[in-house]
This record gives sequence, structure tokens and C-alpha cells, in this order.
Amino acid sequence: MRFFEYEAKSVFEKHGIRVPKRGYTTKPAEAKRLAREIGCPVALKAQVLVGGRGKAGGIRFANTPNEAEELARLMLGTKIQGLNVSGVLVEEKLKIEHEYYFGITIDRSKRSPVVLASSIGGMDIEEVARDSPEKIVRRYVDPVLGMCEFEARLIAKDVGFAGNELAEISNAIMKLWEIMHEFDAELVESNPFVKTSEGVFTAADARLIIDDNAIFRHKDLESRVATVGELNKREMEAREAGMSYVELDGEVSIIGNGAGLVMATLDMVDLFGGKPANFLDVGGGASSERMIKALKIVGSHPNGKVILINILGGITRCDDMARGIIEARNSIGINIPLVVRMVGTNEAEGKKILNEAEIEVLDTMEGAAKKAVEVSQ
Amino acid sequence: MAILVSKETKAIVQGITGRQGVFHTKLMLEYGTKIVAGSTPGRGGETIEGIPVYDSVREALDEHDANASIIFVPAPSAKDAALEAMDAKLNPIVIITEGIPLHDELVIARVASEKRTKIIGPNTPGVITPSECKLGIMPGHVFKRGNVGIISRSGTLTYEIAANLTKSGIGQSTCLGIGGDPVTGMDFTEVMEMFKDDDETKSVAIIGEIGGDAEERTAKYISETKFKKQVVAFIAGKTAPSGKRMGHAGAIITGSSGTAESKINALRDAGVGVASKPSEVAELIGE
Repeated sequence: MRFFEYEAKSVFEKHGIRVPKRGYTTKPAEAKRLAREIGCPVALKAQVLVGGRGKAGGIRFANTPNEAEELARLMLGTKIQGLNVSGVLVEEKLKIEHEYYFGITIDRSKRSPVVLASSIGGMDIEEVARDSPEKIVRRYVDPVLGMCEFEARLIAKDVGFAGNELAEISNAIMKLWEIMHEFDAELVESNPFVKTSEGVFTAADARLIIDDNAIFRHKDLESRVATVGELNKREMEAREAGMSYVELDGEVSIIGNGAGLVMATLDMVDLFGGKPANFLDVGGGASSERMIKALKIVGSHPNGKVILINILGGITRCDDMARGIIEARNSIGINIPLVVRMVGTNEAEGKKILNEAEIEVLDTMEGAAKKAVEVSQ
Repeated sequence: MAILVSKETKAIVQGITGRQGVFHTKLMLEYGTKIVAGSTPGRGGETIEGIPVYDSVREALDEHDANASIIFVPAPSAKDAALEAMDAKLNPIVIITEGIPLHDELVIARVASEKRTKIIGPNTPGVITPSECKLGIMPGHVFKRGNVGIISRSGTLTYEIAANLTKSGIGQSTCLGIGGDPVTGMDFTEVMEMFKDDDETKSVAIIGEIGGDAEERTAKYISETKFKKQVVAFIAGKTAPSGKRMGHAGAIITGSSGTAESKINALRDAGVGVASKPSEVAELIGE
């Protein structure tokens, strides 16, 4: 779950990390008021859940409140990398003397949280990481112990801080860790973390991504999923039904049981020259109701010309899946051809149910994928 | 010989009284797995499929000899169940549970590393040594004993490939799911080290997918150690878009890293035969 910059900044502020004077709004007139209140010049920052917004014109500057209103009007409702800009953050324009990078993420291969820090922060941090990796300080944090203060000091020292600044920066790093831990985050980041010309350290940007598997223990975030608009209607429906769904734009709709199997099915459709319309994993031991929901979701995809169903029933029962397919056809209607591959537990019964309804059942994934592609073309 | 589980394995089922626990205990018993006891706090004294249930792993071990555990406990309490099993020195520990928070998985992995406990999973179908022991939820009948070791990040895709191998007359020594999460108890390479020393395993099949760099590191391991046994692979997710989780928590391409292409290239460069579709794995092994 990705937080918007303005949300992440609120979290930073609550945890004692300095952030710029700011105000979030979805209305141009309000942007004007905020600009007046904060004092121009101000930055207007598009609030979208993608990186690289600076390079895409998502950060503009206004010298007067009227200009702020105009810029806000220009930015709101536009798209950055395909996502709608639904709000802007109006912020004091900082006089930046130096940009740093501070982030905490998870190193999967080391099975450990890792702090990354650099005295070369800003938009080009990825190039720095690639071309001068030695300029990025890296420290692994024990996930059982958490971060110790001496570690935060070591990191700050390695980035180049000393004297009074050492305490302030190591404190900020400890706060980032606190946020990481408290929020079950996959990533906490400030890039750039700046020193202003007045010698003040501020998080000019803030990013926070929370582990989706941990949302159950962050009750206040559960309702946020529905309202934020990261997921479209079909994706929300799938999520509520406990299924994984990713929308693509091809013509072959795909339903299967098991993420790896479904990915492999998409790959096979592509191998035979077709274009997948989606990924949908009904999950283990799915009921016939789940199959009905799955068919309803993929059935409403605007480009779908055929639905390919690939079931390898281990715990999942083929007869349950078959019943779900028939019921979906009877209740919501399926307007496009179905290509079904179904093997495993209760396959004979499942086949019988489908054959009686004049739906052919294929034995191999390849045969089914090939047929589905043919039908779609 | 096979690895990790055999007819010597005696397992405790944690979370035995839940729907999944009850269902799969029955199936494991039918397969011939030696399940000696179950543990669910507060349900001590009950019996599930003839297996005695205790309030804790420790109480179960007071009465029974056990050397392994399989965990069906729901995500919110799975970390605690794993810590309890490790404290009782059970090894290996299979964690079937999907949806365990990342930070919990980091703690499980760290403690397991310090205690030298082998964790299979989380988010795994488990491990099977055909005809001897099934500590998991995979359909036993698609597997047949033989010489191919399988290491996988997925569930049903593993069964698809195993079924194909079996149909082609190619059996398996041990098949293990390291799990679909970004943090797994064991890496491909750790399991390959075990297969390397197992006389029964003559080839290894790796079933990978997008996300992370486990397959790339495996390729490096194969080259650097000049791994002698044949290795073949299938990598799922060539058509996955960047930035979207494809079912598994660990199956996500971030920016340009974790792509199927990068994994396939790295493995091919290390001399691994990479199948373009699941059924091709059997053909590659046959060669």
C-alpha cells in the first residue's frame, strides 16, 4: 500500500522529522489560499503514486497566489504516467543548499531491513547507485533487535556528518526506522532530505509503502484501500473476494488456480501469439462462488474476446469449478467463448458437468492456450 | 536418500484444529506421513483424525517423539507458532500459511538462521519425498519416486511440472516449495547444496518466477561452484507488467529488476536449460 507524499509527510511530522510548511488540496482556489498563507514562492507538487514525477512536470513553482491557483488548475485532473492527479501539495519553496538521500527498505536476499544513505541525493540517485555505488552507505539492521542508536550514528558519520549535525541526523535516521517498524513498511524514504541555506534539515520529499500483508493489523488503513483509487472497480471486486487480479489490455481473459500456474498461462498465451487481458488467480480450494465472481470480473473487461480457464485441481475440486462455470453462465451470462482446461481432483465429474452443458474440456495447458489464442484472432 | 523428509520424519501439526489443519492432516495420514500429534492452544485433549491434540508443542513433545512441524496457523499468529516450533528444536518446519507480514517473516528467518533450523516456506505447498513422506498440501498422486530434485516458488505450477515429469516416466527424489513470499526460509542455493550431496538426486529442476534475484544468485552459485548435476529451469512471468504483484507477495518486478528475462538469461549463461513452457522441463531432463 503506497502512501501519497502528503500522507507520508504527516507521518514523518508526527514522528519528529521536520517537513516543509505545506497544505494539501484538491481545489485550485484553496491552492491560492494556501500559497498566501505559506508565503510565496511555493512549490506545487502533484500527488500521484508513481516515482519520477519531477521529470514529468509534476513539480512546478509559483511566485504569487494567483499563479499557484493557475498551476493547480493545470495540474489537477491531468495524468502522470497514466495516473490521475487528484490532489496537489502546496509547499514552501526551500532554498536548498544540499540534497541527501535516506531510505530504509528490505533486502530480500539477505532477509534483512537495510538502511541506504548518501550525500548525493536527488532525482539522479538511481544513476549514483549504478555508477558510483561506493557513494551509497549501506547498513543492515537486525530485524529482531531493531536499529540501535550507535548504528544510526555510524550511518550519519559515513555520510559525512559531524559535530552538532551528527546528533540531529542520527536522530532522524532512528525516526525513519521507528516509522518502518511501526507501520510494517516495505519502504520509508526521503529523497531529497535537504539542508537549506539557513542550515535547517528538512524532508523535502517523503515516501512510505506499507506491506499489504500487514494491513490486518493496521485497522485504520483498511478503509483507505477502497478510497484511494489505486485499484479499479474490477481489481477492488477481486480483492474483496480474496482473489488476485491484475488488469492488462489484451483479448484473452485468463482464470486459473495458483499464481505461478496463472503467470505461466499468460506466458503461454503470449508464446502462441495472443495477448492476455488479465491475470486472475482464484486461490487454493476455491468454491464455485469464487469461480462465478471470477467470471463476472473478467466478463466485464472491455477487450476480452475469449475466456481461458486453467484449473489444476489439487485441493481445488474440478466439479466445484465446473458448477461455478455453469452457474455463472446461467445467472450473469457469458457472452464470449470459453476454453476450459481442467485436470485433477474430481476431473471426471467436472468434465461431465461441462460436457453436458456443451462446453468442451481440454486436458493440456498448451492445447487450451493455443485454442484460446485462435478464438481470439 | 532424498532430502529433509523421509519415513523417519515424525511431525507435529500446529493449527491442527482449523479447517486447513483438519483437512490436510487427513490427506497426509492417507499418504503415509507419520503425524504424531497436533497443537492448538486451548484445544488440548481433543482428537483430530485419530491424532491427539495438545495446547502447546512442548506438551506434545512431553508425550511423543517428533522431529518436524507443519504449520497451518493463520497469518496473524504464524510467527509465534514458528518461534514455538523453533524453541522446541523441531527441524524442519514447514510454514504453509500465506499472508504473513513481511516483518514477521524477517524475524522468523533471523531466528531460524541463528538456531540453524530449516524453514520451508512460508506460503508454500510444503515438501514431499514420494512414497515416504508428504509434509504439505500437494496432491501426492502426481508425484513418483525418482532422481529429479524439484525446488519451486509456486504451488499448482509445481504440480503441473511434476505431473508432466511423472507422465514421462521421470520420477522425483524430493520436491520442495521454498514459497512465494519475498522472504523465504530457504533459498534455491541452500536446497541445491542439499541435492548436491544427495546420491539419489541426479538432476535439479528449478521453478522460479518474477521478483527478487533468487534465480540470478542461483545462476551465480551454479557457475562458481561448478555444480555437477544437470539443472533445468522454468521461469514464470515473462508477460508480467512492472510494479504489479502477480498473486504471490514476492512476485513483483520493481523498476527493471526481478524480470523473467533477467533470470532466464542469468540461468542460461550458467549452463542451465531453461524451458519455454512447463511441459518442456521433462524434455530437457530427458536430454
